[in-house]
Amino acid sequence: MNIVVLVKQVPDSGSERALRDSDKTVDRESASLVINEMDEYAIEEALQLRDAQGGEVTILTMGPDRATETIRKALSMGPDRAVHISDEALHGACAPQTSLVLAKALEQLEWDLVISGAESTDGRVSVMPAMLAERLNVPQLTGARKLTVDGAKLTIERQTEDGYEIVEAEGKAIVSVWDTINEPRYPSFKGIMQAKSKPVETKSLADLGISPDEVGLANATSEVLEFSPRPPKGAGVKVTDEGDGAQKLVEFLASQKIV
Amino acid sequence: MAEVLVVVEHLEGAPKKVTFEMLTAARALGEPSAVVFGAPGTADKLTEKLGEFGAQKVYVAESDDITGYLVAPKAEVLASLVERTQPAAVLLASSSEGKEVAGRLAIKIGSGIITGATEVAADGTATQVIFAGAVIVKSKVRTGTPIITVTPNAVTPVPAPATPQTEAVEVAVSDNAKLARVVDRKVESAGSRPELSEASIVVSGGRGVGSADNFSVIEGLADSLGAAVGASRAATDSGFYPHQFQVGQTGKTVSPQLYMAIGISGAIQHRAGMQTSKTIVAVNKDEEAPIFELADFGVVGDLFKVVPDATEQIKARKG
Ligand SMILES: Cc1cc2nc3c(=O)[nH]c(=O)nc-3n(C[C@H](O)[C@H](O)[C@H](O)COP(=O)(O)OP(=O)(O)OC[C@H]3O[C@@H](n4cnc5c(N)ncnc54)[C@H](O)[C@@H]3O)c2cc1C
Ligand SMILES: Nc1ncnc2c1ncn2[C@@H]1O[C@H](COP(=O)(O)O)[C@@H](O)[C@H]1O
Repeated sequence: MNIVVLVKQVPDSGSERALRDSDKTVDRESASLVINEMDEYAIEEALQLRDAQGGEVTILTMGPDRATETIRKALSMGPDRAVHISDEALHGACAPQTSLVLAKALEQLEWDLVISGAESTDGRVSVMPAMLAERLNVPQLTGARKLTVDGAKLTIERQTEDGYEIVEAEGKAIVSVWDTINEPRYPSFKGIMQAKSKPVETKSLADLGISPDEVGLANATSEVLEFSPRPPKGAGVKVTDEGDGAQKLVEFLASQKIV
Repeated sequence: MAEVLVVVEHLEGAPKKVTFEMLTAARALGEPSAVVFGAPGTADKLTEKLGEFGAQKVYVAESDDITGYLVAPKAEVLASLVERTQPAAVLLASSSEGKEVAGRLAIKIGSGIITGATEVAADGTATQVIFAGAVIVKSKVRTGTPIITVTPNAVTPVPAPATPQTEAVEVAVSDNAKLARVVDRKVESAGSRPELSEASIVVSGGRGVGSADNFSVIEGLADSLGAAVGASRAATDSGFYPHQFQVGQTGKTVSPQLYMAIGISGAIQHRAGMQTSKTIVAVNKDEEAPIFELADFGVVGDLFKVVPDATEQIKARKG
């Protein structure tokens, strides 16, 4: 079974994140950049399937040159190779554009299954897998907390707001996963060394047959008009419990007209 | 005035609060038309309520093909409705499913999409709060019909009584939209407590609560306030509380009037799901815990002393 895992490089959610004043896009220069956490679960799921059933795992990333760091990190977990879509003209791409690029790249690869994270920590858009299923006309098995592959039949437990659903499909499909699905492995020293020599193919927009005027900030389908830091909250009150903590807490709730 | 399509969020015919929030937001943009997806008979239970919040029309798309297949049929029906009604915008809830329907619709009709809006202005400008609450962004769709998903609990629902006209919509789902079959659907309910993402008060427990049994302390406080119970991921991962009550980046996003974080350190991933709560209260024995940076009121102390005591005092006040 050949699997493509979609991996996105994002600013570390634990660090200071910002938009750039110049063009209101996510500041990817000053931030410390990491692999989107949820995508590690997607990689783990793919590796488990490969190890059980054979085949290859390919990482697919669209992002600037610096995304190679993230690709090597992903490869150090155990995937076989990677494809990196990098092109100056992609800066500021919106979600529909990114889905166009990833869909074209997927059309050039041979795969049985695509696995992605359910959501990225920067945009928290979580639309990419659905958009790709729409473009590629394959079943969408999204939001999985469990995936079972039985021959050509795929079954997921889809996590929902109210509980879960059992969803099934046959053949090529796009699966997206939540972090409840598995426990991603840590890269081993050997894995880190091997990742350095695994093949990473870089592709440009021209390689995908996409014209620069279909993508990028100037052609994006939505636009950031303005942004501002959220006004800091006024410093709160902090009391140390000396037997009267509960009373002070309840008095606070009363002052807020909550009790 | 142009129509605004509002995709109704409901659980088996019971409307979710976000539906009324969306109808309220839609009135800034035009005349709200509610779109009901579900099994046959669903809309009957909803129409009156939708009218109370200003729905001028209710499009009824009822079919077992809607409930039997994942996401794609809804996007297909919406695409044909958009083509027919030329709405000023399409609003959906910013739930997993709402966002996925929005995503597929965007590709079908060639439109831009904005997710997680907390406010929508008359000109279609949407406000979003990003990066775990650190930055406020205003954006606008500039290609096609704006598709906007709205964060639950961000807009205050305001009634505007109307008598909606209902109209049945033909549901002709193509084979391409029937690739992913929903074979079973399980509701894991919150029992008698309010639904987490809709509750006006949420009391959450973290690793500090220590065990599943101890969560009764959290539930006791929640019940004294009529609140929903939430949990940090450390608490759900440790099996203290069921996973569907997790608040945070990979759990639910809540934005209640009051959020109480009990024995929760306040990791960035937890904050991502609760930072926009109006008032935040924390109880933690570690005075350096980062949760105190956001708390309007913090008690440094042992939760097993403070919380049961507070619960009793609240009950006493309520009589
Ligand atoms: C991809 C990813 C996604 C994540 N998504 C989420 C998410 O959606 N939601 C989420 O919550 N986390 C999430 N996390 C985990 C997050 O990073 C933290 O690990 C988690 O929030 C910590 O939970 P906690 O605060 O309960 O536990 P801890 O950080 O261990 O904090 C426990 C706190 O309890 C206090 N305490 C202990 N005993 C007592 C007592 N008797 N009285 C009072 N206080 C006491 C301690 O001082 C401490 O501050 C995610 C992590 C990753 C990597
Ligand atoms: N530029 C990208 N390159 C590769 N994968 C991506 C990219 N953007 C999104 N994805 C995948 O889509 C998932 C959901 O992302 P999003 O829709 O941005 O929240 C991520 O977890 C990734 O697996």
